[in-house]
Amino acid sequence: MEWFYTFPHMDDDALRNLKKAIDEGFRGFTRTYGDAIESLFSPLQSFLLATDRFMTQTPWPIITAIILTIAWFASRSVKIVLGCLVTLLLIGYFDMWTDTMRTVAMIFVCTVLSIAVGLPIGILMARSDTFRRIVNPILDVMQTMPSFVYLIPVVMLLGIGRVPGLIAVVIYAIPPMIRLTDLGIRLVDKDVLEAADAFGTSERQKLFKVQLPLALPTIMAGINQTIMMALAMVVVASMIGVQGLGQPVLKAIANQYFTLGMFNGLAIVGIAIIFDRVSQAYGKRLQKHREIVHG
Amino acid sequence: MVDPAPRMAFGGIAVRNLYKIFGPNAGAHVDAVRNGMTKTELNAVHGHVLGLRDINIEIASGSIQVIMGLSGSGKSTLIRHINRLIDPTAGEVLVDGVDVVKMDPAELRNFRRHQTAMVFQKFALLPHRSVLDNTMFGLEIQGIERTKSRDIAMRWLERVGLKGFESKYPNQLSGGMQQRVGLARALSNDAPVLLMDEAYSALDPLIRMDMQSVLLDIQAEIRKTIVFITHDLDEALRLGDRIAILRDGEVIQQGTSQDIVLRPADDYVASFVREVNRGRVVHVEAVMTPLRTLAPSHVPAGRTIAADVTIEEALRMLVGTPDDEAIVVDATAKPVGTVSFRQLAGAMVNAHDIGQQAGGSRANVA
Repeated sequence: MEWFYTFPHMDDDALRNLKKAIDEGFRGFTRTYGDAIESLFSPLQSFLLATDRFMTQTPWPIITAIILTIAWFASRSVKIVLGCLVTLLLIGYFDMWTDTMRTVAMIFVCTVLSIAVGLPIGILMARSDTFRRIVNPILDVMQTMPSFVYLIPVVMLLGIGRVPGLIAVVIYAIPPMIRLTDLGIRLVDKDVLEAADAFGTSERQKLFKVQLPLALPTIMAGINQTIMMALAMVVVASMIGVQGLGQPVLKAIANQYFTLGMFNGLAIVGIAIIFDRVSQAYGKRLQKHREIVHG
Repeated sequence: MVDPAPRMAFGGIAVRNLYKIFGPNAGAHVDAVRNGMTKTELNAVHGHVLGLRDINIEIASGSIQVIMGLSGSGKSTLIRHINRLIDPTAGEVLVDGVDVVKMDPAELRNFRRHQTAMVFQKFALLPHRSVLDNTMFGLEIQGIERTKSRDIAMRWLERVGLKGFESKYPNQLSGGMQQRVGLARALSNDAPVLLMDEAYSALDPLIRMDMQSVLLDIQAEIRKTIVFITHDLDEALRLGDRIAILRDGEVIQQGTSQDIVLRPADDYVASFVREVNRGRVVHVEAVMTPLRTLAPSHVPAGRTIAADVTIEEALRMLVGTPDDEAIVVDATAKPVGTVSFRQLAGAMVNAHDIGQQAGGSRANVA
């Protein structure tokens, strides 16, 4: 009756050997291809470094002006611009400017990368049900697998540093981008698509002139979600050497510095709110034509 | 299947032996349907839906062909075969002599860009584009230069009465105005075939009448081959040079407005026609006493009425004069018959009622 009380599991030795074999295999793979894969990501690294340098080395008034200008053109709202200004001034006053800029640079690169990779995947998913069936479970794994678990192979392959951190963040943050692109395109009005067909659009014309513009508000919601999720990963990413607001938080956890943790945490919240309000206001402005003025 | 004749004038549309069966294995059941299997049997035995059965319609170039039927009759399915938004299960659709069914994707795309334009029941405008950009859509797809297509689009917007609205968005316009954009978008294409799928069904009655007039005015100028789908018999009679009535995927009657009103093919058509204002559809010609049955001496002197005037119009002419009879003349002003007030009034009420001598009370007062 022992099987009834203890789950009959795999033989201990066999299990140990299995794990060992997989580890050995992956280690071998890392030794053989590690360098090649690392060089594959070198353009990404230069992009990240350049953004980082720009954000941290440009004088703060200029950066502030740039951020406020972007906020104004995206939202056209004085309230949002003022909110951004106050948040940035507070962050700078409490001496978190450089760390915040590092984090912003990192989030920016993550978002660009997520859009560049996620948009085409989302489009393909919307076009092929088979592809969708394959990608969907992968996205589920990416969103639910604890991030520490996939940090292990990323670190084994690429070592400690910014690029592995970036990849870990993108893996976590890209699913909403892909899902909402797919959803946005699938939700495009069938009547409008039929009209496009009736006028003889090619697949390309249909995609760029009809499907993507009509899906854009949904895609914007995806970008917004991606940014928020990337910010949520900042602390985890700092564990593998990503500089920014995450590192002081990590230090605060290790040494029980309550105030240090709180300040940096609030700075993350501050830039999260800036990103969120600005991108949402932009998304809303994109939908302006949908408002029914005539009843 | 390219027509060897030189393509100087547009050759019209011919739909021949067209069948459409909806279902996973449609092709296998065409023969059964050809041999007389009914829609109900097909659905019960094979789980396939019969969309269209043996449709044959010839549409002359420059005419308005109305296809009328109630919902589920297959009329929207039929019009989508003309630009092959739906593939037929069997049959031919010849547009200007070329079989649309046999086109490869590139040919079909080219055909849709240049030979057809379509107006939709739910307008199907692009909500993110201004009225002008919507109107230019077809030309943009054709790859026509923006400044040139802008001029064309502006001209048509003005023609349908939307001058000054070109920078608005579709959602800022009323239904009637949105459909004007839809019409302008289709007309800008300058395609010989104009397909109108219940284009006015979503509009309220007054605006619908207004849009019908716009279409007839424009058609008098541009002489396109128009296929117009409707479920409204009054609309069909007003617009159609010829009308085909569809029921359960079959054409049950084809002809001019007058043919359909005077000689309904069966009870189904007759039940439609019963409530129609016959005075506006039937011509004097159809009710007059032809001249040769009268002795020449009997020809009364008096006012003349053209043979192709509607009964309502003729009554209006006669009611203001003391005469009870008028001479009907043809286009060359030659007398062809006579018509009396009584004959005209009798024709206003429907044939069944005349037969039963119960007519007078049911005359349509329009």
